[in-house]
Amino acid sequence: MNKVIDVRDLHKVYDSGEVRVHALKGVSLSIEEGEFVAIMGTSGSGKSTLMNILGCLDRPTSGLYLLDGIDVSELNKDDRADIRNSKIGFVFQGFNLLRRTSAIENVELPLLYAGVNAADRVARSRYALSLVGLAHREDSYPNQLSGGQQQRVAIARALVNSPSLVLADEPTGNLDSRTSVEVMSVFQRLNREAGITIVLVTHEADIAQYAQRVVVVRDGLIMKDQRIVNRRDAAEELEVEAL
Amino acid sequence: MIGAVLKIALRALARNKGRSALTMLGIIIGVASVIAMVSLGQGAQKQVQQQIESMGTNMLIISAGSQRTGGVRSGAGTSTTLTPEDLDAILRDAPAVTALSPSVNVPVTLVFGNGNWSTRGEGVAPTYPSIRNWTVASGEFFTETDVRTAARVAVIGQTVASQLFGGGEPLGQTIRLRNLPFRVVGVLGAKGQSQFGQDQDDTVFIPYTTAMKKLLSTQYVPTAYASAASTQATFEAESQINDILRQRHSIRDGQENDFTVRNLTDLANSAEQTTRIMTMLLGSIAGVSLLVGGIGIMNIMLVSVTERTREIGIRMAVGAKSKHVRTQFLLESLVLGLAGGLIGIATGVGLSALTSSVFGWPATISPTAVFSSAVFSMAIGVFFGYYPARKAAALDPIEALRFE
Repeated sequence: MNKVIDVRDLHKVYDSGEVRVHALKGVSLSIEEGEFVAIMGTSGSGKSTLMNILGCLDRPTSGLYLLDGIDVSELNKDDRADIRNSKIGFVFQGFNLLRRTSAIENVELPLLYAGVNAADRVARSRYALSLVGLAHREDSYPNQLSGGQQQRVAIARALVNSPSLVLADEPTGNLDSRTSVEVMSVFQRLNREAGITIVLVTHEADIAQYAQRVVVVRDGLIMKDQRIVNRRDAAEELEVEAL
Repeated sequence: MIGAVLKIALRALARNKGRSALTMLGIIIGVASVIAMVSLGQGAQKQVQQQIESMGTNMLIISAGSQRTGGVRSGAGTSTTLTPEDLDAILRDAPAVTALSPSVNVPVTLVFGNGNWSTRGEGVAPTYPSIRNWTVASGEFFTETDVRTAARVAVIGQTVASQLFGGGEPLGQTIRLRNLPFRVVGVLGAKGQSQFGQDQDDTVFIPYTTAMKKLLSTQYVPTAYASAASTQATFEAESQINDILRQRHSIRDGQENDFTVRNLTDLANSAEQTTRIMTMLLGSIAGVSLLVGGIGIMNIMLVSVTERTREIGIRMAVGAKSKHVRTQFLLESLVLGLAGGLIGIATGVGLSALTSSVFGWPATISPTAVFSSAVFSMAIGVFFGYYPARKAAALDPIEALRFE
C-alpha cells in the first residue's frame, strides 16, 4: 500500500520571545492510501498543530513529513500553496465558503488557482457537487443552504481537485447530530466507493467512531493509535432512523 | 488566470457598490477638477493670446525721441527725429519688415450735421489695418493715392459711427474735422476694449500725410508700427531697424539712440507665461485632491483587506499563492482608480463646458490633460493599492482562517 502521509519525529516549537511552547514533541505517524483516520485530542493537545502541518498550512520545526512521497517539511509559503492546491482538500468546522458566491463557484475555487480553464472548471465542479448530492443546488448561495448542505459544498470543493488527502477539521462541530450523521455518511461513502483518504480531526469520540482508525494526541505526543472496533455506519443509522 | 482573478476583483467591487462608489468619488473629484482647471486655464491662455494678437501680430513699435536736451530727457515720441524718409528707408532696406505704417495722433472733434464727437484721430498708411489686425466692415480703407495726395478722407471706428450717425449710413457722408471737410470712405470692424480698458473703436483714421500737412503742419512722425513675417523675424526686424536708423541719424558707437524700437513679442511671451503658470498652479492644486483621492483608495483597501481576512485565508487554503491574492487586490484598486478616472474625465469635461457657458469663459479641453489623468488615476490605483495588496498577500493562512 502507498503511504499518503509519512511523518517521522515531528517537532513544533512556537517561540514568541519569552514563552516557548513545545506543541509537538516527536510525532511519528503514517497513513496509507484509502484509509479513514480520526485524529482525536482535547484542545491544547497539539491536535490542531498536527493538523496544520499535515495540511501544509504550517511547517514543522524539525522532523520529516512526506506527503505522497514528497518531502514537504521544508517548502516555502508559495510551494505549500501549490501542494495544498493539488494534494489536499480541506473541510473546516465553519464551512468556510465564500459569501455571496454561488455553490459551484465556491467549488471551482481550487481549480481557478490550479489554472484550469473555465469549461473544465465548470464540468469538474458539477461532478464534485453531484458526488455530495447537491447537483441541483449549484446556483444557490451559501446563505440559501442549510448547514449540512453548506458542509457538503465544502466537501465538494475539497474533492474537486482529486486530492491525495481530504483533511476534515471538526467538520461536524457546527452541525446538529442528525446533520452530523449525514455529513459523516458522505465521508464514509467517498472513502468506501472512491477510495479517498480521509483524515478527520475531532474531539468528539462518537464522531471518531465513523473512522477506521483513531489516533489520540495528548501533550504533543501520540498516546494511542488503534483500529476502531464497533465502527459506526452512518448510512445504516440514517436508514434506521427513517424507519 | 488573470481573467479569472479580474472577474473575482470586479465581483468583489460589485458586492460593495456603495463603498466602491464612495471610494471612486475621491478620484472622480480629483480628476474632474484637474481637467476643469487645466481646461479653463488653457482657455484663459488662449484668450490672452487673442487679445495680444488683436493689438497686432508680430508687431514692432518705433518711436521717435528720448533725445537728451541739456540733461532733460523728453518722452518717447515727442522729439522730431523720425521722418517719413526714415520709414521709407526701413521699408526698403530691412528685409525682415513686411509692412510699416506711421501713426500720427491728432485729437479731433468731428462734426456732422448738428452733432459732434471728440475722438482720437490717427494719421496712418493703408498698410495699418494689416499690421494692427483691423478689419473694414463697410466701404474701404483709403489708398496709397489718398496718402500721396493727402486726400481728405476718413475711416471711422464703430463707436464714432454710432455716435455721429446713429443708425444712419456714414459712407459717402462728409464730416468736418478741425473745420476741414472729410469724406467717410470706410467703417472699421469692431475690436472692443483693449487690454487696458480703452475703447479701441472710438477712433478715426486719416492718411498720415493729411494729418501731418493739413492738421499739424509737421514733417516728423512720432510713432510707427511695423510688422514682421513671423515671431522669430521680429527680433531680426528689430536689429535691422536699429541699424538703419542709427546709420541714417549718424549715431556713433556708444551713443544713445534717438529713437526706440519695442518688440511686442516680449509682451506676448510674458503674458502667455503668466497664464501658463496660472494653469499649472490651478492644475497642481487640483492634483492635490487627486492625491487625497488616492489615499482614500488606500484607506478603503486596507479596511477591505482586514474585513476579508477570512476570505483571503480560504483562498490561501485552497491554493492561492501570494501573487494571486496580491493581484486580486491590486486589480480591485486599479479598477477603482481607472473607473474613477474615466467618470472624472466625463465630469471634468462637463464641468468645464458648463462653467464656460455660464460664465462665458473659454475652455479648451486638453487631450493631454484627459489622457494623463486617465493614466495617472490608474497609476494612483496601483500605487495606493500596492500596500494593502501586499498586506493581504503576506497574511498567514492559519491566522487568516481563524479570523472572525
